[in-house]
Amino acid sequence: MNLIFYISGAVAVLTTAIAITRRNAAHALLYLVVSLLSVALVFFTLGAPFAAALEVIIYAGAIMVLFIFVIMMLNPSAGNPAGGERAGDAPLRDWKLWIGPSILSAILGLELVYLFAGNVAGSTGAGEVVPEQVGVTLLGPYVLGVELASVLLLAALVSASHLGRRGLPGEQENPEGEGES
Amino acid sequence: MAQVPVEHGLILAAALFALGLVGVLARRNLLFILLSLEVMLNSAGLAFVVAGSHWQQPDGQILFLFILTVAAAEVSIGLALVLLFQRRHQSLNVDDASGMRG
Repeated sequence: MNLIFYISGAVAVLTTAIAITRRNAAHALLYLVVSLLSVALVFFTLGAPFAAALEVIIYAGAIMVLFIFVIMMLNPSAGNPAGGERAGDAPLRDWKLWIGPSILSAILGLELVYLFAGNVAGSTGAGEVVPEQVGVTLLGPYVLGVELASVLLLAALVSASHLGRRGLPGEQENPEGEGES
Repeated sequence: MAQVPVEHGLILAAALFALGLVGVLARRNLLFILLSLEVMLNSAGLAFVVAGSHWQQPDGQILFLFILTVAAAEVSIGLALVLLFQRRHQSLNVDDASGMRG
């Protein structure tokens, strides 16, 4: 149990350090997904399975997919140095690129198999805070926070759709305006 | 089965937060700055979950849920701003945004 915590933590720190030093955004995202998965495993060993599931579903699923959408919309193949792949970089379909994240994910997968095969009783032992307890508290004393969170998400939805629409004022005169800056 | 000491969990959260801070300060690419912000928010949530598991209370996981909500809202608006920035400046370097009009 403790050993799994330390291995997952080491994988998390390692993959985060790799992710923030990549030059290519798509490669960094691959490593960051592995980092989030290992943090989810840390949550599981700490006795918070609900937080672990949310980490996988929302962080590694939804938020990383948003990043991938943006990298694709930035059109990295057009010689754009910022977004994604450069001419000299290995493309994402190059198999050598997948070795590092695959090995680290395999470590995490082996830990998960060990947890589920060997000692489920140990992993869900004394220190666990079960999802039922979380839900009862969330909709009890924290119900005002839930409402505020829904308002926040609505505001984010409105503002993202406002910022993302075409033809904002000030967009047309830019190509000649930013040359000298 | 021995619990993980709470100090070690907090050290892990601090290490992840420091890595995210280094990313925000050192990178000049707007996309990487947003990625590092995600790492920092995630490590704050990790600290909450560690504390919640130390005191056996569900409040830590609930605060993690709220941080998750804030992160989702922040990243959606931030990525919309990234798209606007790219459309305006044809690059993602934040130093391009250091000037003001007029």
